[in-house]
Amino acid sequence: MAEIPVLRLDSLAKRYRADRPAIFEGLNLSLHGGEYLAIMGESGVGKSTLLNLLAGLDRPDSGRVLLEGEDLSALDDDATTLLRRRAIGFVFQAFHVLPYLSVEQNVALPLELLGVEEGERRRRAADMLAAVGIGALAARLPRELSGGEVQRIAIGRALIHRPRLVLADEPTGNLDPQSAAQTLALLRDQVKANAGAGILITHSRAAADTADRILMLDARGLTPLAERR
Amino acid sequence: MRPAVPGAGRVWSILLLSQLREQPGRLLTTVIAIALGVALAASVYLVNVAALGEFTQATKRLVGEAGIVVRGPREGFAEDLFVRLARDPRIAIASPVLELDAALPGRRDPLKILGLDPLRAGALQPALIGDIGANLLEFLGGDGLYLSAAAAQDLGLHRGDTLQVTVGDQAKPLRVLGVLSADTYSQPLGLMDIAAAQWTFDRLGRLNRIDLSLPSGTDVEDFRRSIASSLPPGVLAVAPQVERDRAVTVTRAYRVNLNMLALVALWTGAFLVFSTQSLSVLRRRKSLALLRALGVTRGQLQRALIGEGAALGAVGAVLGVVAGVAVAAAILRVLNGDVGNGGLHVVGTSLRAAPGSLLAFFAIGTSVAAAGAWLPARSAARQPPARALKGADEDYGGIAKSAAWSGLLSLVSGTVMACLPPIHNLPIFGYAAVALLLFGAILLVPTLTVYVLRRAPRSGRVVFDTAIAQLRENVGLSALSLAAIIVSFSLMVAMAIMVYSFRVSFEEWLGKVLPADIQLRVPFGNDTAYLPPAAQAKLVALPAAARVEFRRTRQIQLDAARAPVTLIARDLLPGRMREQLPLLRAAAAAPPDGSAPAWISEALEDLYGYRLGQTIEIPLGGRPRRFYVAGIWRDYARNTGTIVIDRATYSAATADPDATEASLWLRPGADAAAAVAAVRATFARPDAFEVMTSTVVRERSLQIFDRAFAITYALEAIAVVIGLTGVSFAASSTALARRAEFGMLRHIGMLRRQVVGLLADEGILLSIFGVIYGLALGGILSLVLVYVINRQSFNWSIDLAVPYWQLGVVSLVLIAAAAITAIWSGRAAVADDAVRAVREDW
Repeated sequence: MAEIPVLRLDSLAKRYRADRPAIFEGLNLSLHGGEYLAIMGESGVGKSTLLNLLAGLDRPDSGRVLLEGEDLSALDDDATTLLRRRAIGFVFQAFHVLPYLSVEQNVALPLELLGVEEGERRRRAADMLAAVGIGALAARLPRELSGGEVQRIAIGRALIHRPRLVLADEPTGNLDPQSAAQTLALLRDQVKANAGAGILITHSRAAADTADRILMLDARGLTPLAERR
Repeated sequence: MRPAVPGAGRVWSILLLSQLREQPGRLLTTVIAIALGVALAASVYLVNVAALGEFTQATKRLVGEAGIVVRGPREGFAEDLFVRLARDPRIAIASPVLELDAALPGRRDPLKILGLDPLRAGALQPALIGDIGANLLEFLGGDGLYLSAAAAQDLGLHRGDTLQVTVGDQAKPLRVLGVLSADTYSQPLGLMDIAAAQWTFDRLGRLNRIDLSLPSGTDVEDFRRSIASSLPPGVLAVAPQVERDRAVTVTRAYRVNLNMLALVALWTGAFLVFSTQSLSVLRRRKSLALLRALGVTRGQLQRALIGEGAALGAVGAVLGVVAGVAVAAAILRVLNGDVGNGGLHVVGTSLRAAPGSLLAFFAIGTSVAAAGAWLPARSAARQPPARALKGADEDYGGIAKSAAWSGLLSLVSGTVMACLPPIHNLPIFGYAAVALLLFGAILLVPTLTVYVLRRAPRSGRVVFDTAIAQLRENVGLSALSLAAIIVSFSLMVAMAIMVYSFRVSFEEWLGKVLPADIQLRVPFGNDTAYLPPAAQAKLVALPAAARVEFRRTRQIQLDAARAPVTLIARDLLPGRMREQLPLLRAAAAAPPDGSAPAWISEALEDLYGYRLGQTIEIPLGGRPRRFYVAGIWRDYARNTGTIVIDRATYSAATADPDATEASLWLRPGADAAAAVAAVRATFARPDAFEVMTSTVVRERSLQIFDRAFAITYALEAIAVVIGLTGVSFAASSTALARRAEFGMLRHIGMLRRQVVGLLADEGILLSIFGVIYGLALGGILSLVLVYVINRQSFNWSIDLAVPYWQLGVVSLVLIAAAAITAIWSGRAAVADDAVRAVREDW
């Protein structure tokens, strides 16, 4: 029996207003566990809109988003949220960590939401912090850390619950080149280590080059740009 | 070329206009809070100025050109004294006066009547007598009086009509000889020839006032002292100014209390400005830092932000002044200038133009708001722009630590102030203690919030634990949100405990002073109605009466500078004083020889320094009589002092067999209503006396009590609503500021209701802390109100009683309201697209 893709897009279309042309239509994509994909495109082409549709944060006008075979359009807000909680990890450009929680608590937040008991939570948080290289900073507050370190918290948080899909939206947009390179490598390694799938949305070709394959989003849809051999 | 940098004025207008666009509701609440405080202060001030002005004017007219007023007890002294003074070569003119508040059948308020010798009074009170000039012979005719225009209008009488006055238990007719012009005297007054007055009111050979005019060049004070020693006991020589000041002094404590209430409202307003401006500065810290980065100087930014607060204050102050004038005009028109305690009742008073004072109230409102905005403005201006641009918060830990020390210092100072005595019978230190305790407690809020939250156990519930963590780390924001509600709620709690304690004590006191079934008394404050022995005998003979106690109430002057003291001569049951009086303490020692027991109210202890067991002299029957203080009791009816003595002792000293009040105990099974009718029927004029069952007296008294405190309740309720609105705006602005955070939580799988729950938990936790803190602080403040301010203002004590149910319900309502507010703010915050919120920072 064929493996169910982590994410599948079937003829996906989205428009903001009925009297305007679609931002994109007829998008098709299959992403399997262990795959790490970069999507590039010019500003305004709909990269972030696509990401929102993938996460169930927005609804397509037509077509389907299937996450682990489950059609997101068929789920209500709570069910989508619960699916997202279990199956998706996010990394944002602006980090978005909670300033009032410690590094450890920030990373462990998805486990708390999933109801993992405290001992297990702390153990996995310690492992994840070590994996992203900030194990020594567990008790600190985010305001005491550098931008690169804060983004590591965000990566740890995105991966700690071993999601099937990690969505990263310009995760290095706010970092210096050296931190950016380290973050991208870390993100890729961790996605791979989790055996999940990852999608990196970026403007930067250098960032996109860390992915297994690169797709270009434009008016024609998703076009392959490059593939890592 | 250097880019143009806007000045403070331009920065101010940019900031204010953007605020107005974004948060009109918040600005409106702040404006209302300031307006309320200013309106209250302005109206109390304007009413007092108008009423006091009118009162002073009226007293001046009555005293006229007299240099000294010789005043005796209301029942008078022998007119021999007048003869002696008239012959004194050092005195230019001596004018005899019989000044009485005459009871009018069927009316509650007596009419002031002056019996004058028109020929002598013409020299001393020419303005008062002027209208009578042409009709002097008729005036001297003996059966009539002149009425002032106010009295004629009030009584609906004209020249030639008849006015009935109560003398003893009988009504006597007086012909209205004429009506004085409105300019002559603005208050209700009757003028009679002194002989006619003595005849009509059964005071033959008696006077109670002699006005003295001294030749120019006489040292009035020297002369006053020289004749004081030669006057009979109970007769005092006073300067007219003292006469005028006396009534003003009696009402001063009440007026000061109202002013303090106004200050409380202003204080709450200032706190609201402080709290909302602080939150607004926090919310806008990036924009403000951007302005700094663009070249706006620290001073310009600080001035602009203070100007923002001042602008709100100015608008509130204008509204407050307008409302204050309107309220004052209404009080003067409807209540005749009486702001609640009945001490300054003047008719026909209108507002006096006081542009300077109104300008001062405008300035106070504006300054208070500017002062409230000063700290947040300074903090915003000092924030390094680079740090603020990154969105970093201030170091609240450091601020909390320094605030805690200042807070402790304030609390200690407040406690010391609460122990200090009054200044000129005003609890100035008491008020300072309340302000310092309140201020100190607020300064301790950040430290205590951190302390409590650090000890909060983890619940294992992600929403709850996240809420705790948020509150703990953002203690500055939490403290700011709490400050306004803690101030208003604690003051409300303090006032509620004080008023409730007073009410409980008052109710107990009523039970003690109204033990009988039926009460009978002459109209309050009159000098002419009384129950002669024959009338007393009729009451005793009533078939329904099991027992009748008679009382004789009189005013005596113990100190010229103070208001008269009330003397009550009662039919006392020996050895059972605790049943008959709300006795607080009784002397253990037996009376020294030759002195009779007297039970004094607390006011005499406070104002005259009388002590338990001490021997005092009371002027009775023209002689000083020795009494010893056998007990101290509580009197809520009179705060200028009351002495209770045995009626037999009184009658023996004065030969006065009359009574002014009676209490009737009914026989078992007797019908109270029928008994009241029977009592009324014993008098020729059934409406000459007030006859009521004790139940009705008690109910009416409690109604009056509740009415007197209605304004307090209303103001406190408004203050709490304003405080709550402040919390609501704080909740909504913090929720708005945290939209990106909520967006992220939604991204990682927190349900919409969990995000709302997070805010609700925060709101509930904060409000529970605020309510508990407010209750504790209010409890402490209530001790100062009950034991210091009340006692020093009114010279009576009250027992502390806590309205647990009332406070419990209000606390729950507040917590629920705060939770609802938080949920409402949370819903608004998550209703927004979570995605957009996360991207907002990009």
